[in-house]
Amino acid sequence: MATYYTEDHEWVSVDGDTGKVGITAYAAEQLGDVVFVETPDVGKTVKKGDDMAVVESVKAASDVYAPVSGDVVEANAALADAPETVNESPEGDGWFCIIKLADAGELDGLMDAAAYAAFCKGL
Amino acid sequence: MADTPTDALKRTPLYDLHVARGAKLVPFAGYEMPVQYPMGVMDEHKWTRTHAGIFDVSHMGPCFLSLEEGIGGGDEAHAKIAALVETLVPSDIASLKQGQARLTVLLNEDGGILDDLIITRPLGDEAQGSLYIVVNGAVKEQDWAIFEKALAGKAVLTRADDRILFALQGPEAVDVLSDFFPGCEDLAFMHHMPFELNGTRCIVSRCGYTGEDGFEVLVAPEAGLPLIAEMLTDERVEMIGLGARDSLRLEAGLCLYGHDMDTSRDPVEAGLSWVIQKSRREAGNFPGAARILAALKDGPAEKRVGIRPLERAPAREGTEVQVGGKVVGVVTSGGFGPSVDHPVAMGYVAAAHAAPGTKVDLMVRGKARPGEVVALPFVPHNYKR
Repeated sequence: MATYYTEDHEWVSVDGDTGKVGITAYAAEQLGDVVFVETPDVGKTVKKGDDMAVVESVKAASDVYAPVSGDVVEANAALADAPETVNESPEGDGWFCIIKLADAGELDGLMDAAAYAAFCKGL
Repeated sequence: MADTPTDALKRTPLYDLHVARGAKLVPFAGYEMPVQYPMGVMDEHKWTRTHAGIFDVSHMGPCFLSLEEGIGGGDEAHAKIAALVETLVPSDIASLKQGQARLTVLLNEDGGILDDLIITRPLGDEAQGSLYIVVNGAVKEQDWAIFEKALAGKAVLTRADDRILFALQGPEAVDVLSDFFPGCEDLAFMHHMPFELNGTRCIVSRCGYTGEDGFEVLVAPEAGLPLIAEMLTDERVEMIGLGARDSLRLEAGLCLYGHDMDTSRDPVEAGLSWVIQKSRREAGNFPGAARILAALKDGPAEKRVGIRPLERAPAREGTEVQVGGKVVGVVTSGGFGPSVDHPVAMGYVAAAHAAPGTKVDLMVRGKARPGEVVALPFVPHNYKR
């Protein structure tokens, strides 16, 4: 299982032909206290870079982009009642959805953990 | 997250303190201002409702307006300066008692709201003929230009926005502040006293914009910086950013200029009829009086109301309000209320749908989400009357 990162601070953790998707610890820290998450509907087809979900802090709503293309096969229903999980465990229990990858080749354009850490350092 | 050029932004005298305390700074009203500190918006908000929070509001527009002929003429001088200002605002300034303050609105010729502001009559016969006025930061240049143009040759405007203006808000604010300004605990809401601090004169007013008891202090930087540094050694006191300032005032049902009111709204639809005292209604001698008096008589077409989203999704500014598939209004401020632990909003709806209890649909990202018109505020005010 490998995890990839985008410049928009999403992560996708790939297991076979599916990827679990969420926002990074850096993004969660920047957003502050998360009060609502709108996860995508199961069955929805997303294209890499599309608005996929919305995460809301006290201050503002922010779009979350699909890091890969594919069909949403599962959404994290637990976030409905516990949106703060995104702050507590952004790269664990605070995942947003699972996408069945349409094109594994898209992963080549994403960063690995070391490259993403270096990218954040430069911000 | 696009980079915003910060070169042109001004800094308040508390800028170094914000940086030292780890604030996240954002451009706001032409200044680089702290949106939050490491504590975070949610906890800063709750801290203010339970303890005491310091808010840097030095970006706002404190100023003094004084009779050109000089001050110190007692009640007669007050009557003169009040009459001048009353040509611009619909509130009764003449009847203010010494030391008393009043919220009012600056109106254009159509009765539209150019700003909301607080006007204070000073204490002491020697200070009569002047008024202490605080306007909003984002429109202070506009407001001051209006004062200067309308009152040229009759009154002189002195800007005081080079000083520190800070608010100390929360149930413990009075205990904290009375150590520094003994006697301030006896002030009632919307009253002020001058104090001497390190040889400089400062103004302590019992007011604020969080719904909590608290004070606003105008003080020269050389006296204000050590004052705030010492206050922050008190474990009841934290610095609070703009994020929590917004959620606190929204829960308190207080309008934010440029969002919940602007030149397209008159004070009646904005729910601010109470700033127009009886004497002014009878005289009808303020800008836009025809429209405003008609709205007072017949009721406004739209009203500012509280709106509670009934699910977890906040309804932000710009969210359409519908009833039965028809647009009846719009959200003008919306977010999450940390103290009430649910989303909160306010906005304008057609008068027919403005009664508390009215069920509405909030169109959040194209999806209708249930909401309800509710009475404001969301949390009871805790003012010292």
